[in-house]
Amino acid sequence: MQIVLNGILKNNPTFVLVLGMCPTLGTTTSAINGLGMGVATMAVLIMSNLVISLIKNFIPDKVRIPAFIVVIASFVTIIQMLMQAYVPSLYASLGVFIPLIVVNCIILGRAEAFASKNGALDSILDGVGIGVGFTLSLTTIGAVREILGSGAIFGFSLGIADYMPLVFVLAPGAFFVLGYLMVLFNKYAKK
Amino acid sequence: MKSTLFNMVAVLFTVTLVASAGVGAVNMITADAIAEANALATTQAVQNVLPEFDNTEISEQTIDDMTIVVYTATKGADTVGYAVETMSKNGFGGAIRLMVGFGADGKILNVNVLQQAETPGLGTKMADEGNPLLASIQNKNSWEVDFKVKKDGGELDALTAATISSRAYYEAVARAYEAYKVACGYQESADSVSGATATASSNAQKGGQNE
Repeated sequence: MQIVLNGILKNNPTFVLVLGMCPTLGTTTSAINGLGMGVATMAVLIMSNLVISLIKNFIPDKVRIPAFIVVIASFVTIIQMLMQAYVPSLYASLGVFIPLIVVNCIILGRAEAFASKNGALDSILDGVGIGVGFTLSLTTIGAVREILGSGAIFGFSLGIADYMPLVFVLAPGAFFVLGYLMVLFNKYAKK
Repeated sequence: MKSTLFNMVAVLFTVTLVASAGVGAVNMITADAIAEANALATTQAVQNVLPEFDNTEISEQTIDDMTIVVYTATKGADTVGYAVETMSKNGFGGAIRLMVGFGADGKILNVNVLQQAETPGLGTKMADEGNPLLASIQNKNSWEVDFKVKKDGGELDALTAATISSRAYYEAVARAYEAYKVACGYQESADSVSGATATASSNAQKGGQNE
């Protein structure tokens, strides 16, 4: 349980470790996109953590990074095909960011820093914790940007779209929201 | 584990072999579902842009190096409309694909956005209901429309702060119109004197059944 909580709070990938900024800034134009990206990343992270912790003793040190990348890329491809088949609308809105999960440094980072040193169960828990932390962060950023930028939440219009500054759904808004949320997170949550 | 040439080659070979087997297996499971989901999306788009029909005939054309698919919808013996799957490569965020419905009388019935990667909140409005792009061409006679935004000397509205997206949208619709003309064997109808005469005359000899 401590491992899961660590992933959400003390090692929160977005607000504390500041890893995986490309999908964080790129996909969080709405809460649902942030949630989808977070869940897809979490699925890949849990699976890759599990497999890497199981095979870590058979991998020669010098080729461990290529071996990890192959494992991660396979899971990303599998997730991508599953999403395309069963949730095509989410797949369409996340677009190129799904294949880019491969190079998300959170996943390789956890493989290298945690899964390659710990057992299978702990690695799964670490994947869950970091994954939930990432998902919550992305959903929060997405929700704030969606409310401020397009006056809606999870796609439901609040009827105030015309009064909202559009900049928050554009790229600069992602930096504003991320910065201020990071300040708040580090002041209150990371104790 | 200590690295030797043999174990590095062996381990990487095994890892890639197992990984590709896994990906291949999932591909076999999902390939049908993906094709089904795509086909369903296309069918729904065709239904959205056309009046009621009971059969469609598919034909393909290549315009400006892009494949344009025309679904000729029939009900009984009558042709009720043409749904044209068209695209433009000039969107702000890459290619845009649209489904444009033409009535048997040449009216633009409806447009469905199949794929776009425009700026959220600006260009993405092209997919919203009642957006100005659709509103300015819907139910117009296709041969009377110039497919240019006001900024380029045309008469059509553009999306606020998304002129490039709007241009690409109309470009795609104009391409759909070209495909539609070929598909129905455009013939100048008696009551459409002005407008498209110049552009359509080259196709006028082919004769048509669109009246």
